[in-house]
Amino acid sequence: MSTRFWTGSRRDTLAGYLFIAPQLIGSLLFVFVPLGLVFWYSLHEWNVLADTFTFVGGENYQALADDPKLADALIATGFFSAGLVVLNLSLALLLAVLLNQRLRGTVFFRTVFFSPVVVSLVAWTIVWSFLLQDNGGINGLLETVGVDGPNWLRGDATAMISVIVVQVVKNVGLNMVLFLAALQGVPANLYEAATVDGAGRRRQFLSITVPMISPTILLTSIITVVGSLQVFAQIAVLTQGGPGTSTTVLVYYLYQQAFQFHHFGYGATLSVLLFLIVLLLTLVQWRMRRKWVFHES
Amino acid sequence: MSRRAKTAVYGVLCLLALPFLFPTWWMVTSSLKPVGDIFAFPPTLWPSDVSFDAYAKAFELQPFARQYFNSMYIAALVTVGTLAVSSLAGYAFARIRFRGANAWFVVILVGLLIPSEVTIVPLFKMFDAWGMVDTHWPLILVPILGAPSVLATFIMRQFFLALPGELEEAAKVDGLGRFAIFRLIALPLARPALGAVAIFTFLHSWNLYLEPIVFLSSSEMFTLPQALTQFVDAYGGPMWDIQLSAASLTALPVLVVFVIAQRQFIEGLAHTGLKG
Repeated sequence: MSTRFWTGSRRDTLAGYLFIAPQLIGSLLFVFVPLGLVFWYSLHEWNVLADTFTFVGGENYQALADDPKLADALIATGFFSAGLVVLNLSLALLLAVLLNQRLRGTVFFRTVFFSPVVVSLVAWTIVWSFLLQDNGGINGLLETVGVDGPNWLRGDATAMISVIVVQVVKNVGLNMVLFLAALQGVPANLYEAATVDGAGRRRQFLSITVPMISPTILLTSIITVVGSLQVFAQIAVLTQGGPGTSTTVLVYYLYQQAFQFHHFGYGATLSVLLFLIVLLLTLVQWRMRRKWVFHES
Repeated sequence: MSRRAKTAVYGVLCLLALPFLFPTWWMVTSSLKPVGDIFAFPPTLWPSDVSFDAYAKAFELQPFARQYFNSMYIAALVTVGTLAVSSLAGYAFARIRFRGANAWFVVILVGLLIPSEVTIVPLFKMFDAWGMVDTHWPLILVPILGAPSVLATFIMRQFFLALPGELEEAAKVDGLGRFAIFRLIALPLARPALGAVAIFTFLHSWNLYLEPIVFLSSSEMFTLPQALTQFVDAYGGPMWDIQLSAASLTALPVLVVFVIAQRQFIEGLAHTGLKG
């Protein structure tokens, strides 16, 4: 009897569920329950000191709409993400193209450009913070050639540019490696045929290379955009959101509200906003795939 | 390629390499300078006197050895745990045909869309309710079971999908059960993918900053990234010499391992990592 009950497919079903159980239970407990709670908290006023938790309906969302600092945070986030994605992807592609030239020493340079990826994020940020001080290494080097450098982390524009550059140099190696793998997958005969047809290097790059690696461009841009919305340690170490609020991106603002000012309800509301932004951006990029991604492997 | 073009490419590469190499160089050399020299002008590329004072102070001011151990053992546990969870789930989604597999896979993938910053407030409240604030449990459990391991599961699934099925069929005929097939046949073949997952999982745990500063409050519990930012003077200004020596101790071991094994690192990530 029992041997007939345990048919092959029942056995497989049991095995399948046992295999995925840790991941499934973990996702439920540490992804879906907290996500539900974020929405629930966002409908409450939560006073930690007085230990009160009161339902306030949409009040936090009203506060969100009226918050003058939110616009600043969104603008800072937009600048940071746009600057990071454009600079990161174009530098990654440039490095990948340069390293794809079959020259000697490319392994050395590949190691150099990738190395910051393995350096502890906070250690990396501390060193840059030290370099970017008014009397730090960068201005010292500039001064030896007669240039009076700005106080990088204390000016609105230079602070934002600094944070972006520090983050690009830290992580561009990852995208570079993905681009390099994609470039090596482009069949050489396409270039040969194009050369015979008289297409120049620029034309070949735009008409062959870019379409052929477009799936990788899509993948890296999704990863980089989502990653750019999570930037926290860099801001906390380099600028603490300043000067003023010029580098207070959404995640940093969320952290301040929830864990420095103990506005957990409002922090949760900002979390909902962050989630919706990530969701929206990912969906938009995913839909754009049909328009400009040349083929799917 | 003409000689002039080659020279130009090398020139551009060397110039671009500067911001990647110089910070690490500057970190190590500055950490060895006497404290009075670290902001000296003109900047010196090599310390005139080598001094290890700042290194000694890092261990005096905080339980730095303990913090180092914390980061190491947490990252090691998270790596082993993630490998186990993600290879099991990835194998099942790729190779076992069972009802609901695709639906559950999509459900789990949603985790990729939820940055940990979104769920940090409720996670703090949950671990607070379980009495696990100021312990290492949140830093171990959430990465192994929560959103960070979803990417690992996805990579493992892509890898197992590409494995040829004949070996498993033969093992089945020989009467091996599912777990034995997974353990003895699929897992040994998956070594490249496991390596890539191990590398990025370790680095992810090693780099965590928001989670430790939210969950941990006593200095023996701190992890390295958090400890580095605690070397501040009475006014909250960074003690640069000590921060730089502690940062060097944090960064150099991983860098050395990377330089030795750079081929496996880079090619592993590129080919099994995210291509699928």
